[in-house]
Amino acid sequence: MTSVVATNQTILVVGGGISGMTAALEAAETGKRVVLVERNPWLGGRTAQLYRYFPKMCHPTCGLEINLRRLKANPNIQVLTLAEVTGISGTKGDYTVTVKLTPRYVNERCTACGECAKAVSTEIPDAFNYNLGRIKAAYLPHSMAYPMRYVIDKSIIGTPEAEAARAACKYGAIDLDQQEEVISLKAGAIVWATGWKPYDAEKITPYRYGEFPNVITNVEFERLADPHGPTGGRILRPSDGREAKNIAFIQCAGSRDENHLRHCSRFCCMASLKQTHYVQEKYGDEAKSTIYYIDIRAIDRFEDFYAKVKANPNVTFIKSKVARISQDKEMNPICWGVNTEGYKRYSNTHDLVVLAVGMEPEVKGVDIPAEVMSDSSGFIMADPANAGIFGAGCATNALDVNRAVQSATAAALRAIQVVNKLARAEA
Amino acid sequence: MSNANQAMAARYKNNFLKEIEEQAEMGEWVKMCMQCGVCSGSCPTHFHPGWEHPPQEIFMMIRAGKREEVLTSPSMWMCTSCYNCYVRCPRKLPITHIMHGIAEYAYRLGLAPKMQPTLHLSQTFWRNCTKTGRVNEVRLTQSLYFKDGFMAGIKKGLEMKDVALGLIKAKRLNILEALGFGHKCKDQQGIQKMLAKARELEAKRKNRQVTA
Ligand SMILES: Cc1cc2nc3c(=O)[nH]c(=O)nc-3n(C[C@H](O)[C@H](O)[C@H](O)COP(=O)(O)OP(=O)(O)OC[C@H]3O[C@@H](n4cnc5c(N)ncnc54)[C@H](O)[C@@H]3O)c2cc1C
Ligand code: SF4
Ligand code: SF4
Ligand code: SF4
Ligand code: SF4
Repeated sequence: MTSVVATNQTILVVGGGISGMTAALEAAETGKRVVLVERNPWLGGRTAQLYRYFPKMCHPTCGLEINLRRLKANPNIQVLTLAEVTGISGTKGDYTVTVKLTPRYVNERCTACGECAKAVSTEIPDAFNYNLGRIKAAYLPHSMAYPMRYVIDKSIIGTPEAEAARAACKYGAIDLDQQEEVISLKAGAIVWATGWKPYDAEKITPYRYGEFPNVITNVEFERLADPHGPTGGRILRPSDGREAKNIAFIQCAGSRDENHLRHCSRFCCMASLKQTHYVQEKYGDEAKSTIYYIDIRAIDRFEDFYAKVKANPNVTFIKSKVARISQDKEMNPICWGVNTEGYKRYSNTHDLVVLAVGMEPEVKGVDIPAEVMSDSSGFIMADPANAGIFGAGCATNALDVNRAVQSATAAALRAIQVVNKLARAEA
Repeated sequence: MSNANQAMAARYKNNFLKEIEEQAEMGEWVKMCMQCGVCSGSCPTHFHPGWEHPPQEIFMMIRAGKREEVLTSPSMWMCTSCYNCYVRCPRKLPITHIMHGIAEYAYRLGLAPKMQPTLHLSQTFWRNCTKTGRVNEVRLTQSLYFKDGFMAGIKKGLEMKDVALGLIKAKRLNILEALGFGHKCKDQQGIQKMLAKARELEAKRKNRQVTA
């Protein structure tokens, strides 16, 4: 059984992305007890799946590493991975939370030596790389994973493959008898930091995502550009593996659209501007980027970033939302539309189209307690009447990392106040 | 300038957007357009000649106060009512209906292009159908075929001869309609009364000028 020490003065943080980690650390560093619940077998969330991040173009490993170091040094935080909150009852200051724990089949003795992966031949889709490639069914989710521990995929449990993996492990780290558990724990306040998910591009039918191989999404493009990604950092076309040197970015793919997501996702203009840097970095003057946009929303301090990209002669801006995409015999995607500047029609052929899909809250459709309010897009809103459960990061709004962290710090502060009040009342 | 046109131009001096909002059916939606271009790019007619201004441009021209250019444009009349733009518009503008609303307003003011085929069809259809409450298909077809002159009409008629014969065989076309026979509504006076009432209501609504 997994043992968790938690009282009604514990702060529960749901979601271990950059926001959840920040909230957990801020609270723990003031001496509070924190339980951090993460659904993936690793911490870091979607930030870890970026190649670089704006505005400074640093690698996400950098920011995550600092947080992981703080985490390792802090005895007040208990991290539960492969864990999902399934129910919350009670009220502010006295919540009872049930958490479902899925087995990893690998315990803390794992040294990440990788022998088990060599012994296994079954392959599964590579979730970390948005299923762009395949990995062994005994795997390390990614090179910076925390905890740095392998996972045995449940698809091979009960097969000779799992036995082979266990036999290959010199450290006795593989435990195939682990079972799913449901545990229940106490918490005084809850920070909800379950983040976002990319909008399902297949729903934007005129763009033919899922049908045309060379129409991909911006999250997939991050993985293509990353040296740890499925192509080793080369920007290659999914259809034929050719280098993609004429790349279109389509803004507001699903966002600002009453038929899809009502809101502006806020980060995606910046993400595409950033991704033109990747193209420039890989191919120099040989490659061209074209951004199709309604308006470029490089909010506040990011204007400089935009100005620099605009000055790059290899990047073209076309003020138009592409109406539809077709494909020629070589599987080159063709963008059709009308340019708002002059109202002239165009049909432009590209090697690769990147859809700048927007953010949808991950909470959408998840059964969270009724007193947590959500807006018309499904993001959590602050509820003054309730104030025992606080949203943080992209669970509350479409935010970039910087703003997500600010929001997480604010949520931690509010949670600390709830627990402090309780402590005073009980003293 | 027609009287109606003069009156409206004077009433909405320099505020064409307001004029469209108040006078054209669905005109109040025009200001919601964010100029994304999806409608223009989705419009099948825009990829053919003769289509001057896509809906997006018409909406911008309205805001820019290009009154003459918009109201005399054949563009609205080119709309095929395919509804591509309507279902895709990210701001959910009822574009097809707005286009028809502007077209109808231009017609009311006497500014619609003369002999524009869609306008010609609409007028012919309306007169034909409101006369007896049922469409006289033979006469409707005749007036369309002979729109561009006698010889053009004969030519068109011969081209379509097989279709016509097929329709007659299937009892979908009654050739006697040419002589004024064929289907009609029973209470023809009632139809005229109903139409008159509809005009009266329309006139009251928003104080609009209406077509006779
Ligand atoms: C293509 C792209 C490029 C981007 N580039 C940049 C950039 O360059 N710079 C920048 O500042 N921002 C960028 N962003 C935005 C950035 O990714 C987000 O701001 C950031 O991920 C927000 O972190 P978060 O912790 O709020 O959410 P997430 O990263 O989504 O983390 C949420 C965590 O919660 C977990 N979780 C979800 N549901 C549950 C559940 N029910 N139970 C338990 N755990 C759960 C998830 O597994 C995840 O680990 C980019 C986004 C995209 C799409
Ligand atoms: S489970 Fe064992 S074999 Fe696999 S990586 Fe860990 S220590 Fe190595
Ligand atoms: S940030 Fe840019 S691409 Fe993203 S929804 Fe807003 S305007 Fe569209
Ligand atoms: S699709 Fe809608 S919002 Fe976009 S330009 Fe056309 S009318 Fe305007
Ligand atoms: S409904 Fe009319 S304006 Fe709209 S796309 Fe079709 S033809 Fe064009």
